[in-house]
Amino acid sequence: MTAPVAVRRPKARLGDRVFVGTTWSAGLLIVLTLAGVAIFLAVEGIPALRAGSADLNGATNIVAYVWPLLFGTLLAAVIALVVATPLALGVSLVVSHYAPARLSKLVGYAIDLLAAVPSVVYGLWGIGFFGVKLVPAFEWLAAHFGWIPLFAGPASTTGRTILTAGLVLAIMVLPITTAITREVLAQTPTLQQEAALALGATRWEMIRLAVFPHARSGIVSAVMLGLGRALGETMAVAMVLSASGVVTLNLISSTNPSTIAANIALQFPEAAGLGVNALIFSGLVLFVITFAVNFAARAIVARSSREAR
Amino acid sequence: MNSSFVARTALPAAAALALGLGLSSCGAANEQPSSGGATGQGANATASLSGTLSGTLNGAGSSAQEAAQGGWTAKFQTSNPNATVNYDPVGSGGGVDEFLSGGVAFAGSDAYLSTDQVAESKKVCGGQSAIEVPDYISPIAVVYHLPGVDNLRLSPDTLAKIFAGTITQWNDPAIKADNPGATLPAQRITPVHRSDDSGTTDNFTDYLHQAAGDAWTYPASETWPVKSGEGADGTSGVVAAVQKGSGTVGYADASQAGQLSKAQIKVGSSWVGPTAAAASKAAGLSKPVSGRAASDLALSINRTTTESGAYPLVLVSYLIGCPTYGDANTAKLVKGYLTYIVSPQGQQVAAQVAGSAPLPSNLSQQATQQLADIAVKG
Repeated sequence: MTAPVAVRRPKARLGDRVFVGTTWSAGLLIVLTLAGVAIFLAVEGIPALRAGSADLNGATNIVAYVWPLLFGTLLAAVIALVVATPLALGVSLVVSHYAPARLSKLVGYAIDLLAAVPSVVYGLWGIGFFGVKLVPAFEWLAAHFGWIPLFAGPASTTGRTILTAGLVLAIMVLPITTAITREVLAQTPTLQQEAALALGATRWEMIRLAVFPHARSGIVSAVMLGLGRALGETMAVAMVLSASGVVTLNLISSTNPSTIAANIALQFPEAAGLGVNALIFSGLVLFVITFAVNFAARAIVARSSREAR
Repeated sequence: MNSSFVARTALPAAAALALGLGLSSCGAANEQPSSGGATGQGANATASLSGTLSGTLNGAGSSAQEAAQGGWTAKFQTSNPNATVNYDPVGSGGGVDEFLSGGVAFAGSDAYLSTDQVAESKKVCGGQSAIEVPDYISPIAVVYHLPGVDNLRLSPDTLAKIFAGTITQWNDPAIKADNPGATLPAQRITPVHRSDDSGTTDNFTDYLHQAAGDAWTYPASETWPVKSGEGADGTSGVVAAVQKGSGTVGYADASQAGQLSKAQIKVGSSWVGPTAAAASKAAGLSKPVSGRAASDLALSINRTTTESGAYPLVLVSYLIGCPTYGDANTAKLVKGYLTYIVSPQGQQVAAQVAGSAPLPSNLSQQATQQLADIAVKG
């Protein structure tokens, strides 16, 4: 890389050297930071492997301690994605293909504004307004669909359930997923779209035939970025969720699994000794999961872009 | 021990003093020497506010003490303009850790030191074990939101069964038996507990453990032990959840309970509400934890007291410091500030700003006596 530059310009100017140095150190800094975080989590988390029930809130070992948290983390994230993905796709399509230009700008702007709301505010909103408004819905679900394990009830009277937490997360995930999906959809070559329309396709058929195949990998990475946000969100979940550390698929009762991030936020101030190591170990688990999710996303994107060609 | 004798004889005085502090905002300092015990403490307490201290003092610990510490530091710094006191409300566990590692000069903690921690404290305190004195007493209220029901009464047994999840309806026969004449709806109970570790949970579970017998099988712990009910983050979270829900019941620092209805609990054969006076009385009835050094005023709260007008569901928080400090000025500052906190004036400030219950006079005097020994390492 540097060699051809050196050949063409034997005497590198000071500005060039400074710029190269800055960019290189910026790149290295990211890698070093990430490595530093990983090393810290591993070194501080490993001692928790020998923690007993006294340090683990009564769980017999670290696996029994982390598993319900991991379950809750994944459950909340899955709820968030199941709700947010179709919504994000719909909003993006409206903005890029259906709405008149002026309206689409307005809708896109409003969605972007959602990203500017701090998560504490989402937490307050979840406790004070959204959760309370969902209570009648939970009661209706428990009464009519109680035979499905997901809605076994008894319905929470405060609305602070994992379903509420998942829905709040969905709203928080929406801006980032929508923003990327919108960009990707907008980049579909106009010629291909016009060709599809010229062949007699309806607008929906055109989107299905020309837009989606082109945008698939971008949509997947948008969803994965959203998933990363949902897995790591702390404050809103800690405030909204009524956590009891159980493993249950019941989405609407007041007894719910906690999430890793929320659990760390809630327990850290009063933790001491090996309890701190246990919390850091759960952080390591979250770190690994997030990493795995990102790698999986990249693999999917890489494969689908190869197929597209 | 001597202190139990003091507790018994000073009891009427303590109750009178507590009432006086609760009702009036002046004159408490003058009463102190008349209630017996060692002489000269009143003078000592005022000496700490004479404006001669300077330097910076760092403390950390209990977040329950945060509001009270705010009041104390403000008053202390006003009368000692050259002194700065910082209190970091990181939580009891964190504060004790910082103290034991020498990071702060004193700690505030909702739980007294374990025997291991007492042994560990010798490292930072130059070979002697740490001084522990109670400085903050707050009644824990059982708050509930059940429209149409005022003056709810709950015996320890019923309370334990509600929070353990064995009583699930408000019209349960056990609740009816506690509240004859009240019309209780056929509504589901949602018990709300703290989802973060807290000293409030520790004291609440300790109360249930001691007072409820077979109905509560869990030991006292900072982490909520039952895997049912509704969890909420922090005192404000519990209060909000109880307020927003219906048929909810929770526990919270009485001063933070706001407009929520507070249940009366059964003590002996009478019903007692979470008032400052009743909490002070219960703390005054407590015995020191056995097997501790004389400088250690760790209290074993008698949750099963049958004394009328005592409210045994209280949180007692402690100040932890060293008997000797390497630095002469730090020793002076710690002594001055901590003595001010446990003095009647300091306790009154806490009652005003944090709504806490003042230390009964016998405890205030014992604490002052212990703190008087703080000195520079000789």
